[in-house]
Amino acid sequence: MDTQHSPDAARPVLEAPDIARALTRIAHEIVERAKGADDVVLLGIPTRGVHLAHRLADKLEGITGQKMAVGSLDTTMYRDDLRLKPARTLARTEIPADGVDGRLVVLVDDVLFSGRTIRAALDALGDIGRPRAVQLAVLVDRGHRELPIRADYVGKNIPTSLREAVRVQLAEEDGRDTVLLGLKDTAPAGEQ
Amino acid sequence: MMRHLISAADLTRDEAVRILDTAEEMARVADRPIKKLPALRGRTVCNLFFEDSTRTRISFEAAEKRLSADVINFAAKGSSVSKGESLKDTAQTLEAMGVDAVVIRHGASGAPYRLATSGWIDAPVINAGDGTHQHPTQALLDAFTMRRRLVGRDAGIGQDLAGRRITIVGDVLHSRVARSNVDLLHTLGAEVTLVAPPTLVPVGVETWPCEVSYDLDSTLAKSDAIMMLRVQRERMNAAFFPTEREYSRRYGLDGDRMAKMPGHAIVMHPGPMVRGMEITAEVADSDRCTVIEQVANGVSIRMAVLYLLLGGNESDAPNPRTEEK
Repeated sequence: MDTQHSPDAARPVLEAPDIARALTRIAHEIVERAKGADDVVLLGIPTRGVHLAHRLADKLEGITGQKMAVGSLDTTMYRDDLRLKPARTLARTEIPADGVDGRLVVLVDDVLFSGRTIRAALDALGDIGRPRAVQLAVLVDRGHRELPIRADYVGKNIPTSLREAVRVQLAEEDGRDTVLLGLKDTAPAGEQ
Repeated sequence: MMRHLISAADLTRDEAVRILDTAEEMARVADRPIKKLPALRGRTVCNLFFEDSTRTRISFEAAEKRLSADVINFAAKGSSVSKGESLKDTAQTLEAMGVDAVVIRHGASGAPYRLATSGWIDAPVINAGDGTHQHPTQALLDAFTMRRRLVGRDAGIGQDLAGRRITIVGDVLHSRVARSNVDLLHTLGAEVTLVAPPTLVPVGVETWPCEVSYDLDSTLAKSDAIMMLRVQRERMNAAFFPTEREYSRRYGLDGDRMAKMPGHAIVMHPGPMVRGMEITAEVADSDRCTVIEQVANGVSIRMAVLYLLLGGNESDAPNPRTEEK
């Protein structure tokens, strides 16, 4: 089906090369701000944040020549809407063997929206250890924050209306790299 | 996900695998410095134990506390139950106190079902063992232990036990563990063989989804796991076998018998073990015996069940990852 001509259809706002460039830039910014990446731990937030964290780690290894510590941090149990929705399936939490104590943790997610996932991630992180500092890297910041949270590294700011939905697709999960913007009513499952 | 957990037979394959997968994540919490999750904060869970069981009660209590629930322990002994209060009155008292879930252990088969379906109480009911009927969380923790040992900790995610051969040995007649395990293992695709003296095989076993044998030695070589059962003397009202020595000689697991099992096969026991009769110390203390692991896995499984029954307020999860970021 050709969706390009339908006015309601999701349109791509970032394509594969844009995503790759954004991640390269974020990787350089991390090295710049951390003055190297010696004590950096990248923690992806499932599902797509984990893939992005691994891609960022590859790029950081390319820049610094060091092996990066990568993990995933599931925020499900710490969500403030846990009781309002059906029980969610838990995703993986994997903390690198050296832990996060005293290190710079960079949380990685695909979309930053209300900020509630990041709040939950900060709570989850508190139960795992005490990082030296926590930073946030996101591929897309679509605005509409409900909490005083902002990202340190942003792939692209995409001003949206609340009627719209942002959908990030990554090769590891969806077979291709793209960021789609469409209307919420017509959005398939998985959009945010 | 279902609303209550009364019987292992009520679980579909997908539901059972989902519980096992969730338990795998819960198990990781036990490795952390802070072994606590906030998922059930502000919820009250009552452990309603009409029958003594320190092991199961502590396991549930640990699971509830790790999920930050408030725990009320109710032991029938010394309570108004010993003065003649009925299950209905107890249930209505708990309902009035605003309990969010009830974990019940009862000597009468069917008591948890009655509690869940009679309308006396609105909270989810989790069966922690009723009479000789069911003990679903025990079956789940056994399946979890088998999946970890036979399929692998990470490789097991999303997997069932298809094609695995499990032998359950001993007092099947009095065992809710055997009943629950036969139901769940069948759902998960395993082939189950019951081995017991003819006097300890229940009437109607031919309708169960399993094989029955009276000869332990012939089943050893083809078993991926051997589950020994406790001989429940307290439930025996007649002589079911001549002597302990006779039972031990035919149905006890010793080093010689263990040597006939395949190299990867494991030995399980729901505990408490009667050493020297069901199982020799040599087998009980070997690497292949999973008794201690089963205890640890029990907490993870009970956390998973409590989380899935109490974590949300609706019955069906459309897409767990469509959330407001």
